[in-house]
Amino acid sequence: MSRPMLARLLRSALPALSLAILLGAIFYLQPRTMSYFGLNLLLNLAVPIALATLAQMCVLTVNDLDLSIGSYVSLTACITATWLNDTPILGVAALLACILAYGAVGALVHLRNLPSIVVTLGLSFVWLGLAILILPTPGGKAPGWIRELMTLKPAYVPFPVIACVVIALVVHVVLMRSPYGAVLRGAGGNPRAVARAGWSLLRVKVTMYMAAGTFGALAGIALVGLTTSADANIALRYTLLSIAGAILGGSEFVGGRVSPIGAVIGAVTLTLAASFLSFLRLNPDFQIGAQGAILILVLALRAVIGRTEADR
Amino acid sequence: MKAITTFFRQPWLFAFAAAIAVWIATAAFTQGQGAGEVLSVAFTFATFFVIVAIGQMFVVTLGPGNVDLSIPATMTLAGTVSMKIMDGLNWMILPGYLIAVAVGVVVGVLNVGLIRVLRIPPIIATLSSSFIIQSAAIWYNRGLRVKPPTMLADFTTAKIAGMPILALLVILIAAVMHVVLNRTIYGRTVIAIGQNARAARLAGLEVNRVRFLTYVMCAVFAASCGYVLAGFSGGAALNMGQEYLLASVAVVVIGGTSVAGGFSNIPGLWGAALFLFLLVTMLNTFGLGAGVRLLLTGLIIIAVITLAGGSRSSER
Repeated sequence: MSRPMLARLLRSALPALSLAILLGAIFYLQPRTMSYFGLNLLLNLAVPIALATLAQMCVLTVNDLDLSIGSYVSLTACITATWLNDTPILGVAALLACILAYGAVGALVHLRNLPSIVVTLGLSFVWLGLAILILPTPGGKAPGWIRELMTLKPAYVPFPVIACVVIALVVHVVLMRSPYGAVLRGAGGNPRAVARAGWSLLRVKVTMYMAAGTFGALAGIALVGLTTSADANIALRYTLLSIAGAILGGSEFVGGRVSPIGAVIGAVTLTLAASFLSFLRLNPDFQIGAQGAILILVLALRAVIGRTEADR
Repeated sequence: MKAITTFFRQPWLFAFAAAIAVWIATAAFTQGQGAGEVLSVAFTFATFFVIVAIGQMFVVTLGPGNVDLSIPATMTLAGTVSMKIMDGLNWMILPGYLIAVAVGVVVGVLNVGLIRVLRIPPIIATLSSSFIIQSAAIWYNRGLRVKPPTMLADFTTAKIAGMPILALLVILIAAVMHVVLNRTIYGRTVIAIGQNARAARLAGLEVNRVRFLTYVMCAVFAASCGYVLAGFSGGAALNMGQEYLLASVAVVVIGGTSVAGGFSNIPGLWGAALFLFLLVTMLNTFGLGAGVRLLLTGLIIIAVITLAGGSRSSER
């Protein structure tokens, strides 16, 4: 095998490799986590984070960045804990309206050639304002069926593991293996070529933004299923987590170079990093800093591999 | 006649127009009562926005993907470290400021190191470093709130005829940075890199050195803001930088700087900073609830960007 090929293989294996090392370290520090129950606890919160990361990845695919996903997940969580529980029809309608709004933002960004960073920054206020209007004080109640789904106890394999694998595979097939998926990614790589080939860039952008809206809504629903109640600030940190997770999983900021499986692995890695640091009994003051350091470490490894890849 | 048309095509005009419109709406609601005080307070808070936005603007001008997300953490760290070292002593004001600047330089070098040596995209590099900086601030602060030296507190809150002295000083700094951007080799190089980094490198410009300087300068501006803000608000708090992440980016873009890089202007920063603060004041004056206020803030920001940003892209 030639060096560049080896480098490319390493590059795509890096997210999984870092996850394996982290998991190994956790098992070593706290052997009791190596059980059905332990894994369930460790990975519970990974499901909504993975969904939010996929939402971010959809926007990254078309060379944009979404800084509103955290407050959007909070909003959908608030809708789930209130309307979807009390009057399901209203709840479903509201969630669909949110997804359509996301599509409209995609159209606005494309038609007026606006910077996505700023539009989504403004949008984050809109989502947060709506969330506060719907649920002014923390509360609400998770609909029973979501609660049951999120606390399923299938035989042998914990539910979060199954959920993450299924989500990753479905998105992988749609985005990486289907013909239109290639067009979607191509629109990030070379928009002009895709437009010349007769595809509508507007449609591509709206599709990807609506996909992001859908994953964001699913993240909100899954989160409420775990926490049983919601509040307007419940998922604000997801904005930064989702960007970090997507990049950790091998996505790039430009060029339509994304990886759904990598994004899910990145999200799980970040979730585990938090547990790992608490198992280390690290001073809580340093926990955020250590998360930053882990991020830098993985990216540094990638840079080293990337340099070999560029040598060809 | 030509002078008039070029005047009306200045990208920064829009931000000032929006600021004045919002101010008039507020004044109309209160029937002119306290309109002067509102403006005075707006200048006080806009000053802090402008200090960080100048640095952010130079970084954004470097081209797509260049943005500094570590500004809030840098502000917090510089604020806490300088306040604790000054320990409320007046003669420590200048050494304290130099320490804040040193914090900025260290952060800037760290950011550039991550971007250059490890080839991490600036957004992720500054994001990761902000985690580390914030951690350092939490560890150093230990929940203490050290009062600033009395002279520093007096200086940051002093006013001449309703106009904050700090605002006048920052208007002066903004004017100097305007000259730096448009009339020095460094400033022209920043713009050239933003328009076409490859062309700039082939033309023999010192791309790497200018990038390095720009990120360090941005961090120093953020650190300076943390220093004066801590002096202004009676001590450093761990969440003092929180709203400045969004504000710094929003002020730069509403002010007429292109996020794609290579086109920027300083006057718009003041217009946008005043607009942002007056907008919040207006919505507060109207007596709206928190939810509606946030909702309207977001919608108005998006509307302003759609109007201001769209016209520029069609010109190019």
